[in-house]
Amino acid sequence: MIKLTVIDRDDSAQEIEIPEGINLNLMEVLKASDYNILATCGGMALCATCHVQVLEGLNQLPEPQDTELDMLDTLPDATSESRLACQLKVNEKLEGIVIKIRGDIV
Amino acid sequence: MSNHTIIHTDLCIIGAGPVGLFAVFEAGLLKMRCHLVDALPQVGGQLSEIYPHKPIYDIPGYPEIKAQELVDNLMAQIKPFDPGFTLGERVENLKKQEDGSFIISTSDKTKIHCKAVVIAGGLGCFEPRKPDIQNLELFEGKGVSYMVKNPEVYRDKKIILAGGGDSALDWTIFLANIAKEVTLIHRGDTFRGAPDSAEKVFQLAEMGKINLVLSSHLTKINGNQHLEEVHIVGKDKEERILKTDYLIPLFGLSPKLGPIAEWGLNIEKSAISVNTEDYSTNVERIYAIGDINTYPGKLKLILSGFHEAALMVQSAFKFVYPDQKLSFKYTTVYGVNSF
Repeated sequence: MIKLTVIDRDDSAQEIEIPEGINLNLMEVLKASDYNILATCGGMALCATCHVQVLEGLNQLPEPQDTELDMLDTLPDATSESRLACQLKVNEKLEGIVIKIRGDIV
Repeated sequence: MSNHTIIHTDLCIIGAGPVGLFAVFEAGLLKMRCHLVDALPQVGGQLSEIYPHKPIYDIPGYPEIKAQELVDNLMAQIKPFDPGFTLGERVENLKKQEDGSFIISTSDKTKIHCKAVVIAGGLGCFEPRKPDIQNLELFEGKGVSYMVKNPEVYRDKKIILAGGGDSALDWTIFLANIAKEVTLIHRGDTFRGAPDSAEKVFQLAEMGKINLVLSSHLTKINGNQHLEEVHIVGKDKEERILKTDYLIPLFGLSPKLGPIAEWGLNIEKSAISVNTEDYSTNVERIYAIGDINTYPGKLKLILSGFHEAALMVQSAFKFVYPDQKLSFKYTTVYGVNSF
């Protein structure tokens, strides 16, 4: 099991467990866990509605690709800890990270 | 197309992506004419705009097809039904006529009269992303704008641009020669946009032609009738106030429903609720198909949109030919009879 902590917009924190070897990205896992995420573009790094801030474990994640960086560059509320959940494959690299949900809901 | 004559059609399809295009085919089989409107300057929607060279693997009958190839094939498939196109214009208004039909008008004042409306708008249209600042909307058009339409407006004025993407860099460089004072505010301390533009911006800052404020973000804006000052906070958490005539936040585009959201349709999480019997909305004569609709079990797949288009035309038929009975026919038996 991969464990990570998700902090919602209202600052409530919850640890979620994801089976290893699951072929999903973090956006899909968050949606499946009933977090309010629009995911308008379905995972193509186009809408940034799955924007998350990685509070712990940022350095253990794979480097973002150009499409993700381009999108993050345009966001008014992005920080140096920002990532798009749809671009993060769920695997052991996500173990123990703490993320806060930031994406727009309108 | 920007004229003041009215285009007459049976179905006005909003969105010329794969699902909107295929709807023309299904409508054509039932002798209904179509006119398509799209905010993008070309047909194909996301497929042509975003991933033309990417392969798609779940189109029935095609083990693999490139997105643009699918669009080209759809255009060939609907050719017999000679659809009309209004491209590069955004649908703005919908006006119901006495006989139940609609007149749709676009951002360029094109008018389309139709007997039913089919919204096949995919992700929606891409609108400027607005930063989360108090009072921002109060000053829209009074010093705040999200795009540069006419650079001359800024001649000899003090302007502040905010953002770190390509358009923020490009407009900073361009306006440096026009405005009295240009300030660029960016939340980061580097630019990942086009390296040439980033270098030029740093040069302009060194030469004193622009003010470059890095690691800072906007917090609030103030003014009396018109924008006068912008508050920013930097890494040191200290607030600074900058006097300005204009603020241009350039934070890219995000997909939104746009004016369609004001048409009285039932909307759930930025998607249009439909009845799965015929993909009709809560407003008679308006249908929604493809990624823009939602219903229990909805899957955002091109093939689902194709299915929705086929069912939708069976229902829209009654508004186009109220006196005729619809009989279901196979193309294999009857062929495709062009207009």
